[in-house]
Amino acid sequence: MSLATALKSGDAGLLPSKRDEDWKWTDLRGLLRVLPPPSPPSEAALTAGPFGDLGEIEVGIVNGRLRGDASALILKPGEKRVVRLRFVAQSADSSHSVQLAIQLGKGADLTLLESYEGLAGGYVADAALDISLAKGAALERIVVAADGEGAVSVSSTQVALGPEARFAQTLLTDGAKRQRIETHVAHPGAGASVRLDGVYLLSGQHHADLTTMVEHGGVDGTTDQLTKGVVRGQSRGVFQGRIVVEEGADRTDARMRHNALILSDRAEVDAKPELLIFADDVQCAHGNTIGALDEEALFYMRQRGLPETEARALLIEAFVGQVIERIAYEPAREVARAWAAHRLRA
Amino acid sequence: MLSVSNLHAAVDGKAILKGLTLDVPAGEVHAIMGPNGAGKSTLSYVLTGRHGYEVTDGGATLDGEDLLALEPNERAAKGVFLSFQYPLEIPGVPALTFIRTALNAQRKARGEKEITAPEFLKLARQKAGELKIDFEMLKRALNVGFSGGEKKRMEIFQMAMLAPRLLILDETDSGLDIDALKIVADGVNAMRDPDRAMLVITHYQRLLDYLKPDKVHVLAGGRIAVTGGPDLALELEREGYDKYARAA
Repeated sequence: MSLATALKSGDAGLLPSKRDEDWKWTDLRGLLRVLPPPSPPSEAALTAGPFGDLGEIEVGIVNGRLRGDASALILKPGEKRVVRLRFVAQSADSSHSVQLAIQLGKGADLTLLESYEGLAGGYVADAALDISLAKGAALERIVVAADGEGAVSVSSTQVALGPEARFAQTLLTDGAKRQRIETHVAHPGAGASVRLDGVYLLSGQHHADLTTMVEHGGVDGTTDQLTKGVVRGQSRGVFQGRIVVEEGADRTDARMRHNALILSDRAEVDAKPELLIFADDVQCAHGNTIGALDEEALFYMRQRGLPETEARALLIEAFVGQVIERIAYEPAREVARAWAAHRLRA
Repeated sequence: MLSVSNLHAAVDGKAILKGLTLDVPAGEVHAIMGPNGAGKSTLSYVLTGRHGYEVTDGGATLDGEDLLALEPNERAAKGVFLSFQYPLEIPGVPALTFIRTALNAQRKARGEKEITAPEFLKLARQKAGELKIDFEMLKRALNVGFSGGEKKRMEIFQMAMLAPRLLILDETDSGLDIDALKIVADGVNAMRDPDRAMLVITHYQRLLDYLKPDKVHVLAGGRIAVTGGPDLALELEREGYDKYARAA
């Protein structure tokens, strides 16, 4: 049951539905009675995406079709580069899916600036990424999901890590009609480290689902996860985080935090943080909070002269800023800051 | 400058202030003392416009203008500053960023031009030095992880930076050791000015040793029970609030 298999077969009955435990908050079958026809090829030129001209190389995927070649995503041992990876939907009321591999050889270092750009309404898109990091390789992945109004979009990523590899991810999304961004990490321990962060800023009737799963299979691995969300209007945020520490994966250090602010009566956040620990000697913690803005802090700020809207914006920006600060690639951090400020002050 | 007349206020429908009348002219320091539960903090919150404090009768003006009709931030821009008994932590917002944003918001509301970054930093360094505040601390999120004494000093620092006209100090002495108390008192004294009024709310007399108020009011039962000179504070320290609390 996945969007990809449903799109391949054209059978909407194969879509995941709320009867599937992992999809209970992101029902696709109930939403899509009929799948739209395949997206046509598009020759239209690409204008600048969320990351502008950062990085050296751009890999574009338009309506599910690769433009140019994707060899920039295969790094030989020791290679280092910054790549923009853009998934662009240019045709309304159509559907497409794509699969892509990203491979880092020993000690390679990739900064991946990934974006989902919806330039048309009513499309259905699926992207599947297969990422592997050899020993000592490092990947920082920063994702801006800007699927359009009316889009149904699923992005799922499988990450396999070698020993001492470093994988860091920051997802930034303002949702879509229905959107899911899923990350699965096979964590070998062995000195490898994972940072899995996310920010969702939702309004209107947008829906965003950040689902992660990390399986610690060996000793000496770390995972540090921080997700923050702000929901307004009638939007809905979903966070599903699962960390599994297999038997024998001792000295694992795994931390998961999810904090959400609900700023309207009709917005909703559903969260399911899970730590499944089968090893004895581990340090694991998770924290999950869902609440409103601190009214006392707001009064304090207003007493110092800040108008209410500005006080709110400052508090919320600071709230999500704690995630954005963790982005290591500085130009992307600036993009992320501007992205958040634009959405919070709109 | 501040004129409170026959002020009645309720919290959750319960009457707390019951006809409080008080005048604080420019250039003067007035102390408000009183037993716990007399309405001292309620007075400070009503004057600054906190949500949930309902004025049921009477009023308060600043330079003749109706204070109670204004939003909290409008009152701040008019020059009302409350030093909180329990200053709030503002995660993720560096103290300097916060104060600069507040100062510029006030200036904008008054139709003045914004302070430039170099001007602001120069002023901040000077005031931090006077209050013996480590400048590095001002780069940290406001009040997050600060000790009680540091938070109070940060309140006085903000006061010095914002240069308000009506200062309300709500139990600013609580949680301070004697050295910190002296630094805070020096900071407040440095702000004494013929064009500035201060209302010092305190349970104990010790802060008043340093601040030397012009007048001391005893707040009991939701109104001013008695007004006197600095000697009144000493008498209260000796004899307690019992007779006023009973009379109320």
